[in-house]
Amino acid sequence: MAEAALATERPATAASAAPLLTVRGLEAWYGESHVLHGIDLDVRSGEVVTLLGRNGAGKTTTLKSIMGMLPKRKGSVVFEGKELMHLPARHIAKAGIAICPEERGVFASLSVQENLMLPPKVRDGGLSVPQIFELFPNLKERLSSQGTKLSGGEQQMLAIGRILRTGANLLLLDEPTEGLAPVIVQQIGHTIARLKKEGFTIVLVEQNFHFASSVADRHYIVEQGRTVDMIENSELDANMDKLHAYLGV
Amino acid sequence: MIDLLGIPPQALFGQLLLGLINGAFYAILSLGLAIIFGLLNIINFAHGAQYMLGALVSWMLLNYLGINYWWALLLVPIIVGFTGVVLERVLISRLYHLDHLYGLLLTFGLALIIQGFARNYYGISGLPYTIPSQLAGGQNLGFMFLPNYRGWVVVASLAVCITTWFVIEKTKLGAYLRAATENPSLVGAFGINVPRMITLTYGFGVALAAFAGVLAAPIYSVNPNMGADLIIVVFAVVVIGGMGSILGSILTGFGLGLVEGLTRVFYPEGSAVVIFVIMALVLLVKPAGLFGRTA
Ligand SMILES: Nc1ncnc2c1ncn2[C@@H]1O[C@H](COP(=O)(O)OP(=O)(O)O)[C@@H](O)[C@H]1O
Ligand SMILES: [Mg+2]
Repeated sequence: MAEAALATERPATAASAAPLLTVRGLEAWYGESHVLHGIDLDVRSGEVVTLLGRNGAGKTTTLKSIMGMLPKRKGSVVFEGKELMHLPARHIAKAGIAICPEERGVFASLSVQENLMLPPKVRDGGLSVPQIFELFPNLKERLSSQGTKLSGGEQQMLAIGRILRTGANLLLLDEPTEGLAPVIVQQIGHTIARLKKEGFTIVLVEQNFHFASSVADRHYIVEQGRTVDMIENSELDANMDKLHAYLGV
Repeated sequence: MIDLLGIPPQALFGQLLLGLINGAFYAILSLGLAIIFGLLNIINFAHGAQYMLGALVSWMLLNYLGINYWWALLLVPIIVGFTGVVLERVLISRLYHLDHLYGLLLTFGLALIIQGFARNYYGISGLPYTIPSQLAGGQNLGFMFLPNYRGWVVVASLAVCITTWFVIEKTKLGAYLRAATENPSLVGAFGINVPRMITLTYGFGVALAAFAGVLAAPIYSVNPNMGADLIIVVFAVVVIGGMGSILGSILTGFGLGLVEGLTRVFYPEGSAVVIFVIMALVLLVKPAGLFGRTA
């Protein structure tokens, strides 16, 4: 791939010390059921951070709560110095956060092209459509297809691709490799590394632990709606036993 | 003149035209219901009353303010659509977190209130609305006489239906609407103002009903019950076409109008029930409707 062609206005910084996202004491509810009991995260600009944890631990709920997609939540979410807790999802999107949801959220009644162009631009610095095609050449061939007629991998590329256009600089990716063939998983891994290099900051929920360790700087462990630990990717090998205990593998 | 199956062509084509006219109203009204149902997930029982309101407001504009038919065609959908916007903001939007049944009860109650007021102030005898002079008279087509106004109703409603279909299926605005119909929470998370879209969609659906009401005023006299009678058939049309399908409501609306017209020619006794019989058959064979997506 021609690296230069992807250059954008975004300063291509490596992970810097500036905190981009700070989450403190985040709690959330689905109706009456209290699901998150205290999530604390610090994500620095340019980092890739994962949320690891068993099924039902609250990882998806954490991403949705940051995005403002749950009606009842509590605590603090500060992004670029701005408290987001009391904003509706559409204002959080405009602040520069974008989500690629767990079920991919490709719209069946929209063509690939319409799906790709759906999220409005929220600020400058997003990738252009040709740049997105360069990352995901398959999409270009399938523009007029119905969104859900794409293969699982292509739908995942579409779900990621469409949020790169908007100018959001914090991407919340919920299990982008789920159910995909190894070769596609690898391609998505390259894409994440590439986006990191471009200066995007990424919070990644991942079941595939090997995948997570290949792309992330740090890992937060989520257990029963709480962040219980944080492990630097570089210290992962030394903490294998602990991690296995957390994840029950 | 030759007869077709023993039916004089004048009668056959006359009934077909009548069927097409009825079909035009079925199509616009079921289209509005389909759009509202798609995004708001409520069955707008006030739709018939809002159609009647369209006709009544045209009559009021003409008789109180001297505003003619052509202006009414433009102004009435805006005025009545705006009352829809207010209703959605003030009342309907409070029910979204509750069961669909509440929306149905609310809009049903609103229909009774609107119709009750109209009956109270204007009686039930019907108010005449003259055909605009430009569309008076008709064409002798040889095989039948085509009143100009009826031809205009078919053309105008087709144009409105096709434009609406185009906007929803082929434009960016329509893509937002389709996406929000599927997954409003994700569309909101992309930065789109979904609550405002819902309000405007309801207003637009109501405006369509009001537009049909303006078209209807010169054909049927303006009567507080005109919507209540029609809307029952329109609900059957919606069930046959499939709840929520845009193209389905248009095609089913016009198609069933024609079927009803044909029935009136060949088996007049059945014309009042033919749509309901078809509804029963469709429900047996394809419960989601002819154009419905099965969930
Ligand atoms: N829509 C929902 N309504 C009620 N409970 C839910 C809903 N979605 C998730 N939950 C519950 O919330 C908890 C956390 O779920 P989730 O955040 O999806 O976990 P994870 O993504 O870590 O697998 C689980 O116990 C799950 O059953
Ligand atoms: Mg999950």
